[in-house]
Amino acid sequence: MPSMKKELLTFFLFAMAVVIAPLFFSGGYLMNVLVFVGINTMLAVALNLLLGFAGQISLGHAAFFGLGAYISGVLTATCGYSPWLTLIIASTATSVLAFVLGFPILKLKGHYLAMATLGFGIIVYIAFNETVDITAGPSGLTGIPNYSIGSFQFDSDTKNYYLIWAFTLVTILLSVNLANSRIGRALRAIHDSETAARVMGVNAGFLKVQIFTLSALISSVAGCLYAHTMTFISPASFGFNFSIELVTMVVVGGLGSIYGSFFGAALLTLLPEFLRTFQDFDILVYGLILILMIMFMPGGIVRGIPEIAGALLPAFKRTRGENA
Amino acid sequence: MNFASQILQYLLSGLSTGAIYSLIGLGFAIIFNSTGIINFAQGEFVMLGGMLTYFFLSVVKVPFAAAMLLAVITSTATGVIFERLAIRPLKQPTHLNLVIITIGGSIFIRGLAMIVWGKDTHTIPTFYGSAPITLEGATILPQHLWIFGITFLVIIINKLFFFYSISGKAMRACAYNRNAASLVGIDVKRMVLFSFAISSSMGAIAGMIAAPLTMTSYDVGIMLGLKGFCAAIIGGMSGGIGTVLGGMILGVLESMGAGLISSGYKDAIAFIILLLILFVRPQGLFRKAETERV
Repeated sequence: MPSMKKELLTFFLFAMAVVIAPLFFSGGYLMNVLVFVGINTMLAVALNLLLGFAGQISLGHAAFFGLGAYISGVLTATCGYSPWLTLIIASTATSVLAFVLGFPILKLKGHYLAMATLGFGIIVYIAFNETVDITAGPSGLTGIPNYSIGSFQFDSDTKNYYLIWAFTLVTILLSVNLANSRIGRALRAIHDSETAARVMGVNAGFLKVQIFTLSALISSVAGCLYAHTMTFISPASFGFNFSIELVTMVVVGGLGSIYGSFFGAALLTLLPEFLRTFQDFDILVYGLILILMIMFMPGGIVRGIPEIAGALLPAFKRTRGENA
Repeated sequence: MNFASQILQYLLSGLSTGAIYSLIGLGFAIIFNSTGIINFAQGEFVMLGGMLTYFFLSVVKVPFAAAMLLAVITSTATGVIFERLAIRPLKQPTHLNLVIITIGGSIFIRGLAMIVWGKDTHTIPTFYGSAPITLEGATILPQHLWIFGITFLVIIINKLFFFYSISGKAMRACAYNRNAASLVGIDVKRMVLFSFAISSSMGAIAGMIAAPLTMTSYDVGIMLGLKGFCAAIIGGMSGGIGTVLGGMILGVLESMGAGLISSGYKDAIAFIILLLILFVRPQGLFRKAETERV
């Protein structure tokens, strides 16, 4: 476990890289992709708190993301509220829902938890499609305003980049902090053995609900940011496939690795851009990545690549030694 | 059509979709009981059953019966290959890893189907006869009768296999206690492979008999798979009558809900039932009375 000082230094370097990145990628389209990397990093970190630290799977996290986006979107576009106010309303409402849902759902374990969260995600997705009067249904909700401070509008990719990454960096800092705290250790204890954690005096049931709620809260904030950056949302962005994509990001990055989640999110956001030439092949590639990662690199790329390098390097040195 | 015959109509169509859910649910239960794995790719074998029948019938152009047989054989082979390549070599078979790897497998199979057969919806002809039969004001298609008949037959064969063949008995032994089974000389790994073969062939049969009524495309597997899981959960993951009843209950509730409340929320009904059962009675509805694990 790295010391807090080291963690802060890593965070500082990462934040600096985020701040200066636009100087190199100011060419329109890539900025847009980087905005999505930010949103997906937030979502992946949020899911990682639940999946990587507490070891509780959720196959319905797109629902919390969608609830944030739709509550904020509908309240601003239809009712004319301020987007900042709806950010608070949407995240509070989603957290309360997650908290209430958390008690019965987190009693379930393993496959049952996976199916229950999946079922929840699909119910929410169907609701987005069917409540046409409120959400405008499958055709999508338009006319969502951008964020603004006074007369300053967050209406370009570069402006939104800084807005979203500010939230993402706060999320990362909070998560790193949480991971190194007493709660983080308690969560890892639950991950390894819930019974042992209980014996050691960890209130496992309540702690799981709390982390589930926090994870939903961050996801809903990401949803709000998404809605007001895109200014258009439709149910298709919040379906089962996106929930799976989020799990893939966390697994690829490495369970329980915060910066790994960033790499996972970045890789899976950039990958379709490169795979665009293959059109429909991207879904096939996702499936393959999931299988191969779990089989050969269950620790994710952040831990897996040094491990493989570590395994190859001595062999490489040995052969060189023999040749000499 | 008066109200009574309307209800009868929903009941009949509900029972026939329920029969399909039962078959898929049994596939889940068989793998779960012999391995402890929930195979998230189960729905894809249902899709393969329908799509492969279409493929052999309309593209390769073999006779109907041969197309069905080939479809089941190919799906079963896919199930076996999936177990050998993805499940067996897994170094850390934790719940989380198994969930993720079977999801990965399901996405992969679905993606492959999409690339090979495209995104179009396909249909296959009904098995025999298409003239509707009228019953007390409700109509039923011959295909419905085929669905009932074939489901019944598959369940009977399944029962006979598990209770009267050596392999079936060995698989039941694995379900009770894997270590004990391996101590008396049962090859547990082979039984796991068998369970994948049986459940993928059952999935394929379910997909095949449903396809003439519901059409088929590369992505039907997700919903059908989840509904089948729902049936298995209602039945408490029993490899027998519990899951069959679970499927029937689900099918009827869904069809009544779609007919009497709203068809848009038809799919939501299944998942609301799923959540309620998981929250209130995670052991299934008839755990005490009926369930025996296969």
